Amino acid sequence: MSDELSPLHRDREPKDAIVVCPDGPLLVRGDFEIVSTTGEKLPRQRRTVALCRCGASGIKPYCDGTHKLIGFRTDFPDRKAT
Amino acid sequence: MKFPSARGPVSIFLFDLLRAGPEGTADQTYVLRTLAARSVASTENVINDEDLQLAMFCLYELHYGGLAGADERWEWNPGLIAIRQEIEEGFERALRAAVELPALDAADSDSVASVLFGLAAADNGPSMSRYVAKEASLEQLREFLIHKSIYQLKEADPHTWAIPRLNGRPKAAMVEIQADEYGGGRPQRMHSVLFARTMRGLELDDVYGEYVDAVPALTLASTNMMSMFGLNRRLRGAIVGHLAAYEMTSSQPNRLYGNGFRRHGFNEDVTWYFDEHVEADAVHEQIAGRDLAGGLVEAEPALLEDVYFGAAAALAVDALLSAQTMAAWKTGTSSLRIPLPAGA
Repeated sequence: MSDELSPLHRDREPKDAIVVCPDGPLLVRGDFEIVSTTGEKLPRQRRTVALCRCGASGIKPYCDGTHKLIGFRTDFPDRKAT
Repeated sequence: MKFPSARGPVSIFLFDLLRAGPEGTADQTYVLRTLAARSVASTENVINDEDLQLAMFCLYELHYGGLAGADERWEWNPGLIAIRQEIEEGFERALRAAVELPALDAADSDSVASVLFGLAAADNGPSMSRYVAKEASLEQLREFLIHKSIYQLKEADPHTWAIPRLNGRPKAAMVEIQADEYGGGRPQRMHSVLFARTMRGLELDDVYGEYVDAVPALTLASTNMMSMFGLNRRLRGAIVGHLAAYEMTSSQPNRLYGNGFRRHGFNEDVTWYFDEHVEADAVHEQIAGRDLAGGLVEAEPALLEDVYFGAAAALAVDALLSAQTMAAWKTGTSSLRIPLPAGA
């Protein structure tokens, strides 16, 4: 299949990644823990999580979609970099 | 599920057939096909037609949990499939006529996601979630759950049909979302199971299909739309757009739904379903917009129009259903065809 990664490419593909969502949260996918400043695990219900970036979520550190109501805007990081 | 009560000539004929075996019924299925075609041609609106929506719901049910007492060989009976296609053609035409699509100029996954978020935000139907949060009576909360039970007791199943029709990035995205819908390997966390728990908390029957007789055509149409999009490979763009629209209109409304149940004194056991969706769908909407819908359009650009169609149809039918339900409630009447017994 055309979208299968070659073994070489597969090694370079990040195992864990943070997706920076335009106008939205940080989507974190991979092998990680969410912990307090003293290292205690915070309650977590799913493998892939969305972390609040706008500051207005009612369930921080997780996103609850409030960014859409407050008109939170970000630059597209990939476009800014170029 | 159990057989519902028929609502007109097509469902009467269909249920008689289903209760008998499929052997030697080619003539009868042909007669029913003609009857269904005539009904589709003469109805004011397939989306609102009680008889046609119920017949379609039961034809689809053969592909899900089945109808108790109906021979399982009916599922792929060519005569029945032809009848379903007659009704589907009319239904799809009505849905396409009911929506207005955005400009078809999005070229990459970020812009597809952005257009879909825009569609979801512009959804200007009456706010069921604000009403549930602030005003709905206990009886109205129970009716609200009964409407939702038609889909939510098999939540995620219609979209799962799409998985083998996708490849690469959109497939991985769909599977990631669906795995979460199905509890991530924990059966007690499946969204359909959480919804059943909420129903029990309000002393409702949580058996799948128990309330089919009680709900109007529009409630059935909302689920039939997903089954039609999911079961027809050519509509894979529409089922993907549908899921994206559902995920994008979920987090905040579910927070408000939970508030409505808390206002009536219900505990976390009852609101778990809604609380779960606040967090889950804030994740899912990002994946559904960019990787699923956007990824599908990047892989198959010709599907852009159907992705928007699926999203717009999801929003349009649910806006109609909310308007109809709330119009009944505003006049102090039940939104159900068969009101719940008082105090039951």
